[in-house]
Amino acid sequence: MIKSGMRINNAESQKIRIKNKNKIMNYFVNEKGYFGDFGGAYIPEMLYPNVEELRTKYLEIIADEGFQKEFHQLLKDYVGRPSPLYLAKRLSEKYGANIFLKREDLNHTGAHKINNTIGQILVAERLGKKRIIAETGAGQHGVATATVCALRGLECVVYMGEIDIARQAPNVARMKMLGATVVSATSGSKTLKDATNEAMRDWINNPIDTHYIIGSVVGPHPYPDMVATFQSIISEETKKQLIEQTGNDQPDYVLACVGGGSNAMGMFYHFLNDENVKLIAIEAAGKGVDSGHSAATTALGKEGVLHGSRSILMQTEDGQVIEPYSVSAGLDYPGVGPQHAHLFKTLRAQYVSATDNEALQAGLLLTQLEGIIPAIESAHALAYLEKMKFTGKENVVICLSGRGDKDMDTYMKYFGL
Amino acid sequence: MNRINKLFQEKKNILSIYYTAGYPNLGDTVAIAEELERSGADLLEIGFPYSDPVADGPVIQASSKSALDAGMTLKLLFEQLKDLRKTVSIPVLLMGYVNPLLQYGVANFCKSCAEVGVDGCIVPDLPMAEYEEFYEKDFKQYDLTNIFLVTPQTAPERIQKIDSLSNGFIYLLSSSATTGQNLQVSEGTEAYFSRIAALKLKNPTMIGFGISSKETFDKACQYANGAIIGSAFVKNLKADDVSGSVKEFMKTFKP
Ligand SMILES: Cc1ncc(COP(=O)(O)O)c(C=O)c1O
Repeated sequence: MIKSGMRINNAESQKIRIKNKNKIMNYFVNEKGYFGDFGGAYIPEMLYPNVEELRTKYLEIIADEGFQKEFHQLLKDYVGRPSPLYLAKRLSEKYGANIFLKREDLNHTGAHKINNTIGQILVAERLGKKRIIAETGAGQHGVATATVCALRGLECVVYMGEIDIARQAPNVARMKMLGATVVSATSGSKTLKDATNEAMRDWINNPIDTHYIIGSVVGPHPYPDMVATFQSIISEETKKQLIEQTGNDQPDYVLACVGGGSNAMGMFYHFLNDENVKLIAIEAAGKGVDSGHSAATTALGKEGVLHGSRSILMQTEDGQVIEPYSVSAGLDYPGVGPQHAHLFKTLRAQYVSATDNEALQAGLLLTQLEGIIPAIESAHALAYLEKMKFTGKENVVICLSGRGDKDMDTYMKYFGL
Repeated sequence: MNRINKLFQEKKNILSIYYTAGYPNLGDTVAIAEELERSGADLLEIGFPYSDPVADGPVIQASSKSALDAGMTLKLLFEQLKDLRKTVSIPVLLMGYVNPLLQYGVANFCKSCAEVGVDGCIVPDLPMAEYEEFYEKDFKQYDLTNIFLVTPQTAPERIQKIDSLSNGFIYLLSSSATTGQNLQVSEGTEAYFSRIAALKLKNPTMIGFGISSKETFDKACQYANGAIIGSAFVKNLKADDVSGSVKEFMKTFKP
């Protein structure tokens, strides 16, 4: 029974709902640099001046009309955007849904990573930086960084895990040809996490003239927000393309793979407040979530701090980071960006995983049905189609984050080509 | 008065030694502390190892990895330190990264520190704002000192703020660097140390990162209340003669 004094009229209750809704529905960063419980800037004092400079200036720099003009011009004429939204007919027939591929693989340098490096190199220039450092896993971000450095004439140093250098040889050669110095990270698991540690150490030791172009939506605030902003071009274009092609900018499902989470964040960004659009993030299960050789962070992780932000990460009870495993170098990371941790915790997006085998099979399937060889990272997103149930009417958008050229060695070995 | 404040009241040219718990052998933690006190160290910083020590150079990365591989954890460290105060009387700080501390639980960590007689800690990747909002209360309750770092790039207002939150000493980095490099006192460094002196901070200062020889130690003492030696000490530890290698190293500094 409601006591009369407690009754509230409709208008008031509506207001409260809107207020609550806004509270629950804020998927974006707050003024303290947090997404809900996640984010922040957990960095040693040595990094504080650089990160603080970026934090106080990035919004203004990005909002500036001159910046926007230059950014969009480069995305159009240099990267080749907008990237197509392609209705994959034979894949659609196989699964019984309308499957659209957002073709980030057609970008210059072959992946979504360049959207972010174009944005950050323009920021670095406006901060007066002369030297660029980056970490890379698959080498796609390293190549994208080396590319924009060549484009703008800036010195470039890329840190890459020793194991990744071996399994992504073509990208190492590309970076070198582009004039970058590739430094092998030999600590820990010798993959993306360790390359990130080395890049952070470099930044600590070069506090004045260097900008660190982080390659995913990870790192201390403002990186996760800044990188997501640059990658949000993916969903911005997708919405327009969906209207043209289906008359409705809201698909039923949006899928993307998650390493650190930048292609997924860009793919989800403009759908976050469209409650009817189901967002599905696919992590790398490696040899199986419970096999002890996995990178399925949300399934295996707990809240903690890595690389400057509070998020979800794979760790021991003692708080030591567990070394991840995935066949795909770009997904071989023990954490996810803080915005993903927030989307996971608030249930706004569903987090699932695909194994090495599932991803490689999905890569072959796309190649043979559509004539597109996907990056093994992107193939993880495709693999999840096997587990979905469709009625035939659903519109599904998948971020095809990159092309498979760099992975030919792995495909060849796996399929005995 | 806590041990740290007392030390700074009574002594000048304070020599602080950093080493990693559980290195070179898992069980060496307390034996090294005892030997260091006997050999004349004034203050100890015991590192609890972390898998991803971004502020550390190769030497401390390696000692951390070795300790972790041997099975060191925060829980084990507190067990090892259970009887610390029966044999060690100089002040002791724990130094490490925020994630192991978070998993142990902040309040729990502070309680364990107080129980074994640890006087404070240094957590380089714990931001000041987070410390104030979420940690300070627990630190105060257990009378623990939190040590903040300052680099040549730290702005004066921020140094003042750090001074106001500190109760012990302020850790001055000779330059923005990861651990284990050699201190080069250039004109710029001297200007920076003088700038700090001119701020008339309420807390004493210690210089660290890159102090590796008697010469650099003496130089640092000209500008601060003392200095901290880490990598140079850790590098000299011998697994098969821990106490001998500690003694040998300390001879240079406290003949
Ligand atoms: C093609 C491709 N997709 C996805 C990723 C994973 O990164 P993120 O999760 O930040 O999109 C990478 C990383 O190297 C990549 O190269």
